[in-house]
Amino acid sequence: MRDIALVAFAQTDHRRSSDELSEVEMLMPVLHDVLARTGLKTADIGFTCSGSSDYLAGRAFSFTLALDGVGAWPPISESHVEMDGAWALYEAWTKLLTGDADTALVYSYGKSSPGSVRDVLTRQLDPYYVAPLWPDSVALAALQAQSLIDAGETDEPALAAVAARSRTDATANPHAQLSGSVPQGDYLVRPLRAGDCPPIGDGAAAVVLAAGERARELCERPAWIRGIDHRIEAHGLGVRDLTDSPSARLAAEKAGAFERPVDTAELHAPFTSQEVVLRKALRLGEDVRVNPSGGALAANPLMAAGLIRIGEAAAAIHRGDSDRALAHATSGPCLQQNLVAVLEGDPR
Amino acid sequence: MSKEPVAVVGIGQTKHMAARRDVSIAGLVREAARAALDDAELTWAAVDAVVIGKAPDFFEGVMMPELYLADALGAVGKPMLRVHTAGSVGGSTALVAANLIAARVHGTVLTLAFEKQSESNAMWGLSLPIPFQQPLLAGAGGFFAPHVRAYMRRTGAPDHIGSLVAYKDRRNALKNPYAHLHEHDITLEKVRSSPMLWDPIRYSETCPSSDGACAMVLTDRAGAARAPRPPAWMLGGAMRSEPTLFAGKDFVSPRAGKDCAADVYRQAQIADPRRDIDAVEMYVPFSWYEPMWLENLGFADEGEGWKLTESGVTELDGDLPVNMSGGVLSTNPIGASGMIRFAEAALQVRGQAGEHQVDGARRVLGHAYGGGSQFFSMWLVGSERPNA
Repeated sequence: MRDIALVAFAQTDHRRSSDELSEVEMLMPVLHDVLARTGLKTADIGFTCSGSSDYLAGRAFSFTLALDGVGAWPPISESHVEMDGAWALYEAWTKLLTGDADTALVYSYGKSSPGSVRDVLTRQLDPYYVAPLWPDSVALAALQAQSLIDAGETDEPALAAVAARSRTDATANPHAQLSGSVPQGDYLVRPLRAGDCPPIGDGAAAVVLAAGERARELCERPAWIRGIDHRIEAHGLGVRDLTDSPSARLAAEKAGAFERPVDTAELHAPFTSQEVVLRKALRLGEDVRVNPSGGALAANPLMAAGLIRIGEAAAAIHRGDSDRALAHATSGPCLQQNLVAVLEGDPR
Repeated sequence: MSKEPVAVVGIGQTKHMAARRDVSIAGLVREAARAALDDAELTWAAVDAVVIGKAPDFFEGVMMPELYLADALGAVGKPMLRVHTAGSVGGSTALVAANLIAARVHGTVLTLAFEKQSESNAMWGLSLPIPFQQPLLAGAGGFFAPHVRAYMRRTGAPDHIGSLVAYKDRRNALKNPYAHLHEHDITLEKVRSSPMLWDPIRYSETCPSSDGACAMVLTDRAGAARAPRPPAWMLGGAMRSEPTLFAGKDFVSPRAGKDCAADVYRQAQIADPRRDIDAVEMYVPFSWYEPMWLENLGFADEGEGWKLTESGVTELDGDLPVNMSGGVLSTNPIGASGMIRFAEAALQVRGQAGEHQVDGARRVLGHAYGGGSQFFSMWLVGSERPNA
């Protein structure tokens, strides 16, 4: 298989609201930033792929406006997934594997601020039997957290510790929306307190992928994708064991995550309780640095937060802070769908 | 490093109609998927991954419906990707699935596209007003009519060409049991006298609003060797995109469409598409797009496309049949319409198109477009495996 690496990563400063910016205006500086890091221009890119959601934008075909921002002229080879940008990266990875392109630009963005995101996400559920009841994303995550507590896998102080560690680590992340000392606050939906939940906000991210020697030309220490895989579980919560994530474990196995230990993991766990599930499924020991960026508890721009995990893991390798990192992205209620990528730097 | 050849070994469609009230969304997609697996004589267990596509989520009112459809499509424990590239999505979805095989990530992939327009209202979904952004003006017809007018003015095409296309496609649909519209009493005069909707586009020259799904089983050489029926081989495939609006954009013959076709022909070593390609399933939601795309795709010189239509070349028994299935003008489950073009092209080279089969079709083009004539996806399939 062809060697493919992340050679550049850029993201916005994530914010509670970006009323004054359109999605394109929010995205443009990130695209310019990520291309500037490699010296590439739009016309040099072999394949472009993006991830976003019409339901956040509140209009159909919202991604077409972002394409105008990319500058798709002369016409470009391009695709879009209605998924987190992590899956756009996966599609771009397969495109590079075929040899049809040597470089790819991947971006994603989401603005949660215009609507009530807890209500919006209920529209993801089974439209006939579940969505009419409007069970919101925090309530579903609370069900999962309560199952974990009932199974003796965690307790409220342990969840509070995850929140505190994430926001403390986020103080070193200039893009974080929520960092430092954040009170756990009141229950939002028992047993989850405000501190157990991700901030609601707007943001965008972009990465550049390159194959083989091209990657070495564009980046001093490329983050090589040693494996990447994703798996989905049943949609009905009633048929799932919410205290476990068999899809994350299977994706990790297929991505080769268990072949050798990783030193760093960036997990897309919007709720503290979901980090507990993922640590177990991905067999991450105490010696693994988990979410040094602060993770989704520090910034959770929907549709971009998963891609940001892969970008943060790659950036750690670029900087020399990591030699082998695991990055994870999730989608759907209670970690229904999971993607795992294993990234490595060249030996030093 | 060479790509793994990609074969189509299973094709399934639902019966398309205005409202499939007998099935849920899950039931609709499962019907097409089950038909494709039956055609390939495979079980759900043989599928390594599922790639699904559809047009905007507002068309059903379900956000990222693939999450809910994982069970119905046997995807639990498997990778599932959801593609959305506007009207071209059915084609793009098939190409994303094909890449998984070409890259040797998977051996057998189920790809599917659908729309269940009766669950919501596409016209509403397309017309949400957004501040400071160009409105689509009462659905797609209002957007495309001026570009048809521009084509007529540029080429001097006579007024009746659009009616000829609609009359042909609606008659072809009578030979396709899955087509939505079966107008047994259709006459050219009825098309010509139907109400004017968006001048110069008449009611009978527009696509219907359909519920439907289309699925294909794609596989590698090993999978093709086990297939019970002749496979269709992918000879070339490409996607191209350009911005919606910009100074100098040619809405009549967009460069992204030309570039996309050129890429496919290069991969398939097609020197002269008019000579080397036997038939075309192209995305014609408004009748005039047949002559427009004939030029854009290189089957006719600029300004000459309407003459092929007028002289009967694109009829089912013509020299270059176009939309043998009845096309988008007879069946339009929006997200699935592109995949139906790709699948109908594959049916032709497999010799399995039934009453609308073109005798001896060996190389057939499937074409889809979307957005403001800005997203293109195409593949060329053949009866012979490409030289690997």
